[in-house]
Amino acid sequence: MDPVDLEVEFNGLVEADQRIEPRDWMPDGYRRNLIRQIAQHAHSEIIGMQPEGNWITRAPSLRRKAILMAKVQDEAGHGLYLYCAAETLGVDRAELIDQLHAGRQKYSSVFNYPTLTWADVGAIGWLVDGAAITNQIPLCRCSYGPYARAMVRVCKEESFHQRQGFESLYALSHGTPEQHAMAQDAVDRWWWPSLMLLGPSDAESTHTSQSMAWRIKRFTNDELRQRFVDMVAPQADVLELTPPDPELRWNEARGHYDFGECDWDELRRVVGGDGPCNRQRLAHHVSAHEEGAWVREAAAAYAAKHSAVGVVAA
Amino acid sequence: MTAVAVDPAAVYTLRHADDCLVLSHRLAQWSSRAPSLEEDVALTNIALDLLGQARALYTRTSELDRTGRSEDDHVFQRDERDFVNCLLVEQENGDFAVTVARQLLFSTYQLETWRALGGSTDRQVAAIAAKAVKEVTYHLDHATQWTLRLGDGTAESHERMRAALERLWPYTAELFETDAVTDDVVARGVAGDPQRLRAAWDSSVDQVLREATLERPSTSWTPTGGRRGLHTECFGYMLAEMQHLHRAHPGARW
Repeated sequence: MDPVDLEVEFNGLVEADQRIEPRDWMPDGYRRNLIRQIAQHAHSEIIGMQPEGNWITRAPSLRRKAILMAKVQDEAGHGLYLYCAAETLGVDRAELIDQLHAGRQKYSSVFNYPTLTWADVGAIGWLVDGAAITNQIPLCRCSYGPYARAMVRVCKEESFHQRQGFESLYALSHGTPEQHAMAQDAVDRWWWPSLMLLGPSDAESTHTSQSMAWRIKRFTNDELRQRFVDMVAPQADVLELTPPDPELRWNEARGHYDFGECDWDELRRVVGGDGPCNRQRLAHHVSAHEEGAWVREAAAAYAAKHSAVGVVAA
Repeated sequence: MTAVAVDPAAVYTLRHADDCLVLSHRLAQWSSRAPSLEEDVALTNIALDLLGQARALYTRTSELDRTGRSEDDHVFQRDERDFVNCLLVEQENGDFAVTVARQLLFSTYQLETWRALGGSTDRQVAAIAAKAVKEVTYHLDHATQWTLRLGDGTAESHERMRAALERLWPYTAELFETDAVTDDVVARGVAGDPQRLRAAWDSSVDQVLREATLERPSTSWTPTGGRRGLHTECFGYMLAEMQHLHRAHPGARW
């Protein structure tokens, strides 16, 4: 088919809200944009295992420990589906990991903050996963089929993550005065990073307009941020915890909560590599990957030996 | 706490609960550090299965010893000398080969133990065992597959796996020890005789090692004491980390 016709057909599919599948023709820019976004999403899941994983060995009850282990395991699973979704676009996981290690692909800046107390685990579930869901639910209708389908399952699990975070934080905020203080401190530290997780303001966002035209994205960052604040502000009341934003209040006329401006300089700093944990998170991933090299080599060597004699390696 | 005169069956279930808890904790330490993403998922799966087994066994222990202790009391409020897990499970993760070797040696033992407990006269223990057998069958398969790959993979992986077996082998003798507690539960049909598991364990492990081109280590050193609360030094650090938050907030609910 003529390239012009291909593009017309592609645009028609997107406008009709049909799904683009791996074997369909797609513009190079669409492919690149998706690889960038899906890889960044996958990396975020994997790097995101670290801040919460930091508390697995210290979880204060067996029930919480089991939940936390399962949750961090889910993040690994999400990373797997997403790397697979990216692979349908013609890249492979090893290449994406290399790009992450080289600093050429990013992950969500929110994971560059430290988890300093147990309450951070609850705050991450409630706020960070809450913001992530706000971002991800519209992605279930993304124009690229494999990404959209991966997001359906991811969202189901993320919704459980958010509820467990809320429930964990509720136990603390309705517990002893020390536990309440721990919960408030965690909300103080995680509130703004969670709002910033939804990306720079629309005026600053470089990818939004093209992504929306391609129906990869459905809402702008600022629309998603409003949605998120509208969801969590009343939940904060139930938790009896106070978000660290003096401007946060219900606006009857708008039918939305008003809220203050994020510290965009801080976001730029953290995205740029100078957050509290950027170096630590990446170094952890690089060292786990390097330390595992001999294991992956052994598996490959075994598979090669045994496939040569007709044995199917797992 | 083990000094309290209790039903030996409660001591027996506590030993296995502690085995499961401690190994689960060690495996959970791999989270975000495994050689591949698939392996991260798999190790956490095994850790979660073991944690589930531990919780069921702690609950049964408290019914048998009539102390009314919760699972969290068992885990977070006992001191090092009160834990009665075997020494093998508390050994540090080391490299991936040490973790695989530990899992192979322990899961083989655990599978035989659970199979025997499937016929326990304690119906609750039998029910816990019936579920656990399915889980541990998978754990053993996973450990076996990795033993084959590391043993018969590269020269480096073979050497690491050999060294790992050498390091952990001494701790396997303790698994088959008998004492007044095991004598009692065996006599009452609650559990199988640990010594009678030995032959099946030997033949199963030997077969895997042979196929993995590894040799069975020989050792004259057979450390013991875990079942009496005499642990290796690394264990105290594990407990300190595991218990500190819970203990820092007496009476708090989480």
